[in-house]
Amino acid sequence: MIRLQKVSKKFGTGEFGLESLDIFVDKGEFVFLTGRVGAGKTTVFKLITRELLPTEGSIVVDNLDIVKLPYGKIPHLRKKIGVVFQDLKILMDRTIFENVILPLQVAGVKEKLAEQKVQEVLEKVGIIDHKDKFPVQLSGGQLQRTAIARALVMSPPILLADEPTGNLDIETAFEIVALLQEINKQGTTIIMATHNKEIVDKNKKRIVTLHKGRLVKDESPSKNEEKKGGSKKINDS
Amino acid sequence: MILKTTLKNIRRSPYQAFAAILIMTLTFLVVSFFTFILVGSSLVINYFESKPTLTAFFKNESKDEDIKSLEESLKNTSKVASVKFVSKKEALEIYREQNKDDPLLLDLVTEDILPSSVEISAVNIEDLESIHDILKDNTIVSDIVYQKDVVSTLTSWTNALRQIGIGLIVVLVVVAIFIMGIITGVKISQKKEDIEIMKLIGASDWYIRLPFILEGAFYGVVGAVFGWAIASSSLWYASPYLKSFLEDIPIFPISSIFLLELLGVEIVIAILLGTFSSFLAVLRYLK
Repeated sequence: MIRLQKVSKKFGTGEFGLESLDIFVDKGEFVFLTGRVGAGKTTVFKLITRELLPTEGSIVVDNLDIVKLPYGKIPHLRKKIGVVFQDLKILMDRTIFENVILPLQVAGVKEKLAEQKVQEVLEKVGIIDHKDKFPVQLSGGQLQRTAIARALVMSPPILLADEPTGNLDIETAFEIVALLQEINKQGTTIIMATHNKEIVDKNKKRIVTLHKGRLVKDESPSKNEEKKGGSKKINDS
Repeated sequence: MILKTTLKNIRRSPYQAFAAILIMTLTFLVVSFFTFILVGSSLVINYFESKPTLTAFFKNESKDEDIKSLEESLKNTSKVASVKFVSKKEALEIYREQNKDDPLLLDLVTEDILPSSVEISAVNIEDLESIHDILKDNTIVSDIVYQKDVVSTLTSWTNALRQIGIGLIVVLVVVAIFIMGIITGVKISQKKEDIEIMKLIGASDWYIRLPFILEGAFYGVVGAVFGWAIASSSLWYASPYLKSFLEDIPIFPISSIFLLELLGVEIVIAILLGTFSSFLAVLRYLK
C-alpha cells in the first residue's frame, strides 16, 4: 500500500531529514512510527502526501508513484489519505461541523450526502454533541477527535496521524489510540507517529523507529510481544 | 459551493468589500458620465450638421436661371446633403413670423428689400469651408452666413472631452486593477491558513482560486450598477435644465434602451475588469 524505497530528503540547509529510508506498509496495517523529536517522522508524512519531494528514492502509495505524480494530480492523491496533523490545523472561525465537512466540500460531494457523512463520522469519534460548537469551546481531546473526524470523513484507505496524542493526558491519549485501532479494524491503513513510549509499549502493533532520519528498528507485533517478554531482537528489514 | 464560499468571503470582510465596490463605482460613474457627454455632444454636432448650416444670399439683380444653375452645381458636389431655395416672398413670411409681435418692423419691410437665398446643409461639417469658397467667388452671391465657428468649437471641445475621458478612464481602470489586486492579496493572506488546510486535504488550485476571482467579478458588477445608477439619476435630475439649455436639439427624452444597453456593456466590462484584476492577484499571491 505504501512503499518508500531508498528515500532521502536533504533540506536547503544541507542537513538530511531522511537518509536512504526503506519502509513498506501493507494494506490494513497499523504502524507506530516512533523516534525522538527531529527523527524524521513528520518528514515521512510530508513525503507521502507530496507536501515535499524526496531528494532521492521512490515512494509508491496505493500503486501511484507519487514522486513522478504530475502537480495537477496531487489533490487526487490527498483525497486518498486522511491526515491528522501534529498542530491539528483546525479552523478556529468555523464550527466543528464546518471543519469536518470541509474535505467533502472540496471533493464536491452533494450537500445532503456530505451532511449525512459528517453526522456519521462525528458519532463514530464521539463528538456529535459538540458539532455546533467552535474549536475554542472544546478540550484538547475533543479537538483531536475533530481532527480525526476530518481525516476520516472521506473514508480514505490510509490515515496518517502525526502525534495525535501529543498534548493530551495519558487517559485521553489512550482513548484516542483506542479510537484509531477501532478505525483500523474497519480496514483503514494507519501510520501513527508518536514519541510516547507508554502508548507504543502497551499496544501490540508494528513499530518503526527512526533516528536522525535513518531507520533503526522495524519490529513486527510478534517481535514486539517477544520484546515485552525479554527479547531484544531487532528486525532491520 | 464555490459561490457560497464567495458570498461568505464577502460577508466576512465588509470593509474590504466596501473599498472594492467604491473604486469600481467611481470608475463606472466616470465611464457613464463621459459616455453621456460624448453621446450628447455627438448628437449636438449631428444636429448642427444636419441643419442648413450655410445660407447664401443673392443680389437683387440675380436671375432665376443663374440661381438654378448654382443650385445644380452645388447638388452635383458630393459635399452637399441638401439645398433649399428661399424666395423673396418666403423670406418675407419668415421675417413676418419672426417679428409678429412688432407691427412697426412689419410695416417697414417689403418683399423687395429682402434677398432670396439658398440654405445649404453639408454632408460633413468639414465641407462647409469648401462650399463657402465655391459660393464666395460666384457673382450672384452677395453674402454668406454659416455657423462654422459654433460647430468647429463644438467639435474641438468634443475631441478634447473624448481625450480627457479616455485618459481619466484609463487611469481609473489602472487604479481599480491595483486596488482590487491589493484587496484580493490581503484577503488571500488573511485566509492563508484556510488555503493551506484546503490544499492539504485535496483542494485543487482552481477550487481555491475561483472564489477570489468570482469575488472580484462580483465587486465589478455591483460597482458598475451603482456607478450607472448614480450617473443615470443625475442625468434624469438635470434633464429639465439641460432641455431648456439645448432647446431644439433632439436629445431628450433619453432613450431607456440606450441606458439599458449602457448598463449591459458596463456590466460586461466590469466582470472582465473584476475577474482580470483578482486573477492577477491570485496568480501573484497563490503560487
